[in-house]
Amino acid sequence: MTTELPMPGLRDVPTTEEPQTRKDFGSDQEVRWCPGCGDYAVLAAVQGFLPDLGLKKENIVFVSGIGCAARFPYYLDTFGLHSIHGRAPAIATGLAVTRPDLSVWVVTGDGDALSIGGNHLIHALRRNLNITILLFNNRIYGLTKGQYSPTSEAGKVTKSTPMGSVDTPFNPISLALGAEATFVARTIDSNRKHLTGVLRAAAAHRGAALVEIYQNCPIFNDGAFEAFKDRDTADAALIPLTHGQPVTFGADGEYAVVRDHASGAFFAVETAEVDEARIHVHDAHGHDSSAAFSLSRLTDAGHLHRAPIGIFRQIERPTYDDQARTQISAAREKSGDGDLDALLNSGDTWNVA
Amino acid sequence: MTKQVRQLDRVIIRFAGDSGDGMQLTGDRFTQETATLGNDLSTLPNFPAEIRAPAGTLPGVSSFQVHFADHDILTPGDAPNVLVAMNPAALKANLGDLPKGSTIIVDTHDFTNRNLTRAGYNGSNPLEDDTLDAYDVHQVDLTTLTVESVKEFGLSRKDASRAKNMFALGLLSWLYGRPTEPTISFLERKFASAPDIRDANITAFNTGWNFGETTETFAVSYEVKPAPMPAGTYRNITGNVALAYGLIAASVQSRLPLFLGSYPITPASDVLHELSKHKRFGVVTFQAEDEIAGVGAALGASFGGGLGVTTTSGPGIALKSETVGLAVMLELPLLICDIQRGGPSTGLPTKTEQADLLQAMFGRNSEAPLPVIAPRSPADCFDTAVEAARIAITYRTPVMLLSDGYLANGSEPWLIPDIAELPAIEADFATEPNHETADGEREFWPYLRDPETLARPWAVPGTPGLEHRIGGLEKADGHGNISYDPTNHDLMVRTRQAKVDRVADIIGPTDVDDPSGDARILVVGWGSTYGPIGAAVRQVRAAGTPVAQAHLRHLNPFPADLGDVLRRYERVLVPEMNLGQLAMLLRAKYLVDVVGYNRVRGLPFQSSELADAIADLVSSLDQPDHDPWQQELRR
Ligand code: SF4
Repeated sequence: MTTELPMPGLRDVPTTEEPQTRKDFGSDQEVRWCPGCGDYAVLAAVQGFLPDLGLKKENIVFVSGIGCAARFPYYLDTFGLHSIHGRAPAIATGLAVTRPDLSVWVVTGDGDALSIGGNHLIHALRRNLNITILLFNNRIYGLTKGQYSPTSEAGKVTKSTPMGSVDTPFNPISLALGAEATFVARTIDSNRKHLTGVLRAAAAHRGAALVEIYQNCPIFNDGAFEAFKDRDTADAALIPLTHGQPVTFGADGEYAVVRDHASGAFFAVETAEVDEARIHVHDAHGHDSSAAFSLSRLTDAGHLHRAPIGIFRQIERPTYDDQARTQISAAREKSGDGDLDALLNSGDTWNVA
Repeated sequence: MTKQVRQLDRVIIRFAGDSGDGMQLTGDRFTQETATLGNDLSTLPNFPAEIRAPAGTLPGVSSFQVHFADHDILTPGDAPNVLVAMNPAALKANLGDLPKGSTIIVDTHDFTNRNLTRAGYNGSNPLEDDTLDAYDVHQVDLTTLTVESVKEFGLSRKDASRAKNMFALGLLSWLYGRPTEPTISFLERKFASAPDIRDANITAFNTGWNFGETTETFAVSYEVKPAPMPAGTYRNITGNVALAYGLIAASVQSRLPLFLGSYPITPASDVLHELSKHKRFGVVTFQAEDEIAGVGAALGASFGGGLGVTTTSGPGIALKSETVGLAVMLELPLLICDIQRGGPSTGLPTKTEQADLLQAMFGRNSEAPLPVIAPRSPADCFDTAVEAARIAITYRTPVMLLSDGYLANGSEPWLIPDIAELPAIEADFATEPNHETADGEREFWPYLRDPETLARPWAVPGTPGLEHRIGGLEKADGHGNISYDPTNHDLMVRTRQAKVDRVADIIGPTDVDDPSGDARILVVGWGSTYGPIGAAVRQVRAAGTPVAQAHLRHLNPFPADLGDVLRRYERVLVPEMNLGQLAMLLRAKYLVDVVGYNRVRGLPFQSSELADAIADLVSSLDQPDHDPWQQELRR
């Protein structure tokens, strides 16, 4: 299956007619995550989905920072850059601005993106660089062996917080919306179909796409997303968002999301108890992000029992890199290509015979 | 009335006023007039870190010194012959630098009780008491004369008095026979959209000129003939503009698009400003969210096959160091330009210093060597930028370029190079697999090195068949996969060092200036101290003592013959605007007992103090008990 066109995010990336398979995207490196790590599922989904895009694989670059997830580029047979802690969005910026012919991906984690690299993340989002950011959120520091992270619930007991953390966690979706992101989505490692669908939409988006992926770390934070994986609770815990559709959830849609008009906040009710007209219809394309923000607040801040997944926001806005390149071509069109000799001889000059 | 014209071989003028008085512009215009006339020149702007410190106070004084001559000169001059003081604070702040007998032109308008007190002249007026008895003082109410002259344009008094700097410029232009045409056309351009301001400034400028010509305040005017200079086309250039042009030239010569990732910081921001004007050359300037993102984005551009550059000052280097270490590990070309300023910490943002040498050399975790080079004068920033790019691209390495605040803002005439003479720089991207496996399969190994340079192949995304992964983790020699093997790590650490050492193969021997061959003392410097050291060496030679000079552009690696050069002399003197950083490197590497001369005042050296230091060392040569280190400590 190839993805439906158009995919404006990949507009300038060369494609190939040669059929590709997931094997083409596997590197010769042995994958070294812990057994049962959620990262395996994401890697499999990405390897399985990249052939759909039909891009020349030499025109795909994965850039990562530091953390368990940051090993991701080593396992893909594309160009890859495993950089330093938190800086992947900055490095991807230089690459995306200078190379419109590349599909640039950033792989990061909750510590990498939201703690040490928080500044780069928010600025990449507001600038709307044409990159796709996969934020693996396991709500813990894995590689450094189990300290609490900026998405850990308050009170989290870890090696560095024996009496419980006293930090309020970030909600990555709320943060991204506050940072003026044009594409914000959430998915989960255990739902391959949903994950692939979100990845496809993110790749298609022209601009910065932030995809939060709930990813289980069985070693240091096992069960953080249990409510979404347990068959008995999953349907009532995950609130799927689909553009243009009323927001309902539960095995038979028995729950619905409605807005409290006084506060503007959303809350869940039993579908049977409300007038159908009151059920919120999701609009991911609206330029005002207030509703998307309010939806993001339906996520628990403590132990997760409920969270919306899907695309919260997907709007068009000119990208930084396109505009930077447009300025260059406009300058060249107006006054011609730069002439070094003329530049050096500009200004007040004088001759000595 | 025909006035007498007296010939001078050189003059040093300092314009001083409040930060709001436009002294930098005045100095700059006077410099341009002087350049067009064909004098050799050198300038030293000196301004406070605050944009507008309280008016009329000593911290708010801004000045611009220009030295021009009918012969080749090297520095902005130790002490001014002429001070133009626009208010009491400007007089007070600069009088101490003025030798007795110098000329002072002072705007008397602000010498009121209130302003005198504000400038720290408590209860006395230096224009009335004996403070200025030893000087040739011209008291002129510049402000009133200016306001009178521009009456017809109907400006507010405040706006009218703003043109007083142009009145002063007109007066000085008359006094030194400078051409007026360049300034008039400059004002026409600058104020094209505000005709009344334009006309007021031009009128004030012309009135200032006529004031000199017609009044009796000035009986004599002066002439400084053009300096004999090599034939060619010249322009006046500051270090930051020369650096920006050098980067563009490197991009043109290497055919690599220039990408600047930078965060605003004094005194480096003008490089960002300048480069952002030159989009026609395909230059991308990215004003990042912080210093770290600036260098990160530049490194990303280099990974993509661009010429990645970041510009900053010392505090920014501290923030960038982890990414620079990554560039050392990735072995990608990257230029890091440090326009040094006084430190540590925020230090003296607008003042000069050269105390980042050891930071450039060693300011990263572990063994992370990189080439370090430094320009010697404002115009030399051009050549140094091209040279830095040549090294970075040839050896696939980050290169640190150390300019400083004095070079950045100072200016000198520049013989514009013939672009056909610029070095060719070959990026030489990898296009093919470079290794064959045992079973005959062709592979790409990103760390398989060129045997001569030890540079690794630069394979950019988009090259089919060369997909590979690199990162900050240690990699195995050759194929570049992650490796924790102890022997391999030792080999890679040594190889990264060896590669940087091999840069010495392309930089040529030490350039030693020892005309008589009889010198017993060698003076070694680096960076912006070239001018004062060169002027001091000339003074010492003129007094009959031979002395040798070597000025190092390459600080890592050093030229291959440097150890031999140092050992040829009885003593080696190393003047630095730090506490002995180059001296430490020379002592460590060559076991030569060099002597430092160190001052860290935020200002360039004076050539006279260096001449004294050289003379002291010379006279100590035949005193066996003399210990120059002890003497230096006692100073
Ligand atoms: S520590 Fe956790 S996140 Fe890291 S690889 Fe192991 S299971 Fe995965």
